[in-house]
This record gives sequence, C-alpha cells and structure tokens, in this order.
Amino acid sequence: MSASETRLVGRDGAPVMDVDGDLLEVSMGPHHPSTHGVFRMDLALDGEKIVKLKPVFGYLHRNHEKLGEEHSYLASMPYTDRLDYICSLTNNWAYALAVEKLAGQEVPERAEYLRVILGELTRVQNHILSVGFLLQDMGASGTPLMYGFREREKILDLFESLTGSRMMCNYMRFGGCRVDASPAWLDGARAVVAALPAAVDELEALVCTNEILMARTQGVGVLPAELAINAGISGPVLRASGVNYDVRKVDHYGIYDRFDFKVPLGDHGDVYDRFMIRLLELRQSLRILEQALKDIPGGPVMDPKAKLRNFRPKAGEAYGRIEAPKGELGFYLISDGGPNPYRYRVRPPTLVNLTVLEDMCLGHNVADVVLILGSIDIVLGEVDR
Amino acid sequence: MKTVEEIKAAIEAAVPGAGVEVVPNPGPAAQHSLLLKPDTAVAVATFLRDDTELALDFLSNVTGVDWLDKEIAEKVKVTRTVAKTVDGQEQQVEETAEETQKRVEPGYLEVVYHLYSVAKKHGPVVFRMRTGNRTDMVELPSMTPVWRSAEFQEREVFDLYGVAFKGHPDLRRILMWEGFKDHPMRRDYVEPDDFDYEPTAHDEVLKRAQEHQAALAAQKGGGE
Repeated sequence: MSASETRLVGRDGAPVMDVDGDLLEVSMGPHHPSTHGVFRMDLALDGEKIVKLKPVFGYLHRNHEKLGEEHSYLASMPYTDRLDYICSLTNNWAYALAVEKLAGQEVPERAEYLRVILGELTRVQNHILSVGFLLQDMGASGTPLMYGFREREKILDLFESLTGSRMMCNYMRFGGCRVDASPAWLDGARAVVAALPAAVDELEALVCTNEILMARTQGVGVLPAELAINAGISGPVLRASGVNYDVRKVDHYGIYDRFDFKVPLGDHGDVYDRFMIRLLELRQSLRILEQALKDIPGGPVMDPKAKLRNFRPKAGEAYGRIEAPKGELGFYLISDGGPNPYRYRVRPPTLVNLTVLEDMCLGHNVADVVLILGSIDIVLGEVDR
Repeated sequence: MKTVEEIKAAIEAAVPGAGVEVVPNPGPAAQHSLLLKPDTAVAVATFLRDDTELALDFLSNVTGVDWLDKEIAEKVKVTRTVAKTVDGQEQQVEETAEETQKRVEPGYLEVVYHLYSVAKKHGPVVFRMRTGNRTDMVELPSMTPVWRSAEFQEREVFDLYGVAFKGHPDLRRILMWEGFKDHPMRRDYVEPDDFDYEPTAHDEVLKRAQEHQAALAAQKGGGE
C-alpha cells in the first residue's frame, strides 16, 4: 500500500492529516486488548483529543451469508452459534424464528418456555460478562471480571448439561427445541436463578458507586436519542439514551406478553448509563426466569409436523428479529422452494451499533475510546461475519 | 398499521409521480413490499420517515439480493412464408408451426430495506429498489442521508454485491480489503485460483497441483 492509501480520509473525501503535522494518526488495533477481537480504529488526534475515527472491519470475515446459501436450512443452525459466540442460544432463536415465519410453522408451548428460559439465561451471562469487561478495560484488573465469570460459569454448566456444549449450543430447531429439559435440570436452573440476585448485589456494591468508575464514565460518550434512533441503534445502547424500544415488548415474539417485566431506561446516554442499564436489565431477566421456571408446562418440545430433513419452505421471504442481548438480531430469508435459502442475511446488531462510534468519541481522549467501545459491547464474530 | 396498498396510496398522494409498485410475498410470512423507482426513492423515503402517521424512523435492515439472468423457454406459434413447389410451380406458401423460443430475462441486483417505527411501535414496512442490470447500470440512490443506519450496511452491499450508492458519504469496501476486485456475494462469483495445493499422496490432488503449476507457469510465460 502506498502512503496515500493509508491516509485517513474524512466524510468529504479530503485527507484528514493536517499538512502542518499538528494532527497525529494512530492505528488502534487490530491487536489491541480493548477491541475484544481483531478490530481496528484509525484515529486522528489533536494532542490527546479525537478529531476523526474510522472503524476498520473484516479481519474475521468468512462470508457467513454465502455459507448460509450453500447449505440446507438445518445445516446453517450450528453456524449461527459462531456469530455472537457469547450468546449462541439467542442466535439460534432468531434464526429459528425467521425460518418459522418463512415456513409458517408452530412451536409447542413447552419449547416456547424453554426458549425464553435459555434466552434470558443467555442475556444474564452476556450482561454480567460485558459489565466485567468494561471494568477490565477501565483498568480494574481482574477482580470485577472474575466476579462476572464466576456467575457465568454456573450458567454455562446449565447449557452444557442440557445442550452438550458450553458455548456452541446448537439447540433450537424449526418448530421447537432439540432435546427436552429434565426435571432435575429445571431444578438446577431454579437454584442458579435463586442464587444470582445475591451475586449481582455483591457486584453492584463492589463497583456501582466507585469513584473512579463514575469519574471516568459519567458524561463520556453521550449518544442523543434522535441520533440513536436514526442510526438504527438497538439493545441496551438505545435504551440507555432513554428510548423505550424493546423488541420483546414491541413484537411480543414467542410468549413474552405473558411475563411481567419492565424495560429499564437511561437518562443521559453516557457510558455509565449503558453500564447500569445492563445490570438493571439483568435483574429484569431474572424476574422473567423466575416466572418462566414456575409456569413451564409439560408436553412435547418439537412440533410433530415439523420436518428437519428434506425441509423445503414454499417460495417467499421473511424477516424475523428478536431482542438479542446486544441488540436487535434479525434474519432475512428468501426461499425459492429449494432445499437451501436463496438469500440468507444476518442483521448484526453490533455492526449497526458501531455506526455512531465516531460521533460518541469525538472530543474525548484516547483512553475514553476504550470505554466507549466497551460500552457498545461488540463481538467481532458477529460484526465481521 | 396501514396495509401495503394504503401506504402505496399515501405515497402517491404525497410524492407525485412516485410510481410505487407492490411486490407480493407469496409465503406464509406475507410481508409484502414496495418497489420504488430509483429517481424518486429518496423523496419517498423521506416521506415514510417524516409522515406523522407512518413515522418509520428506524431502518433496521439493509441487504442486497442478486437475481441472475433467467432463461425462459416458451412455446410460440410462428407463421412463415416458405417457398414450395406445388404442382410443378414455385409458390409462396404460409406455414404455421410450433417452436420453442428461448428468451433471456435480464437479471438485476436488488436492495431490500426493512423499516420499523420506534415512535408508533409498528412495522415492518419493506421496500426495495432494483438496478438496471448486473454489470454497468448498478447505481442506486443511497438512503444514508435519510437514515444513518444505512451507512455501514450499504457499504456492505456495495462491497459484497457491487451496488454503487449515489449520495453515500463514504462508499468504500467494508469487509473485504481495499484492492479486492470482485463481489463475493454474487451468485456467479468464482473463487480465484490463487492458492498452492499441498502435494499429498492422493493422485487426484497431485493432478490438480500439476495443472495448477502448469497454469501458473503459462501465466508467467505469457506475462513476460
């Protein structure tokens, strides 16, 4: 690459680099511990202040969507685990939901409950981990992260005993779930859920009113609500800006209209709000889990009419979306009547959430970029696909 | 929420000459979509966003679809004038015969947008735009000035499908690297033969390796 190609170019097409050399170009990443994977940001700095920021993607690109078009509908299910590898079960759910919309399939009652239980457990472990990682990025080395990992471990043990895998669960199917949960597993889940609030209290007492955390995160990386909506931001990042939009409440997919839970909202849209929103959402997820684990009915977990092998939905298209822990995860499928989807599209929440990274970072210090990126909570497996 | 037909009527009342078509979705999801003309698409999109009743302020998903050239075989009755010898005389006689004619329906690239409303909590409204063909008429208007969320997703469609978005503030490749030539999500994309085969004991692999080496040598010889 020549020097001109590596130079940062602004929105107007003009090079960002100042001819006097007052601005400094820094390439942050791709191998930087705070980027949570291989992700690069090209920064232009005026002293310590950010003047321009361009995210650079694609280091983990494997053309997931092309793979989806070359495999049958069922064969894509395990691949969805690898999108956001922290939350494989919600990826499974979003894909299953889209295929069920495409083929007009029903899901039995017990499978819907199992989906809610596993989806909310996924949200709990994702949020507790992202809170831990945010503090890790801030320099709170190890301790809060390990508090998060300790609780996540119990949930991953539940996943392992039910699905056979801790992270690559491959559990949902079109028209239900792969295996049924035993009464012993449900008891184990109840015990984990009952013990979690105390652990969250402990984490909150440890960090939430910490002076360094508040000084470094309050008023940093503010995202205004109008910009958030216009830029398609979703999930905790959107709600931290005070926008009441949760796909669970709006679409009522699955059986979410049966549960009593609130949608926590932020006031300021700064890093601190995004941090706190995750802890508050986590508590609401625990409320849903308590209700779901109490009410779960008996019955089959697969629709007896569901067909897994030689599955050919009628020609048509469908867009299904769910509230994944990181935001709105959608799958857009076009069927031409064949065994493979004609078009298989993943709407990744974190790629779209990165649209406003530059807007949030302008005027802040380099050290704040680490926090702002951490507060978006990205996973590169999903961003790059 | 309004049906697609009602939205179409509202668009045509607000944007004269919009020329919106409804594309039905035959599947059980029944998410019908609107086909916009590229030259009026930005005006229509702005109306969809700003209209107080629709208020589609949230652009969720942007994606490309590649539709290849379709070869359609049709049976057509053809009447021809043929020279024939009737009763020892040359005569022009009309003959009707059934023939199979093949006609190629040109393919196109399509961009699909899924809209929701955060204010009214409804959706999705799906709209799509189509390019003239798959080679040189691939320009479509960008929706990024209307919804920022299109910024990275349209870059992705540009990168993987080759749709050039007019009015996009920063149209560069996003997932593939700068300098990459083709558009890998197109249906007829062929991976370049640019890797070295590991020679193993399998005859088939050895044969392919030899072919590959020969092709490389020929390429080198031709280049000099």
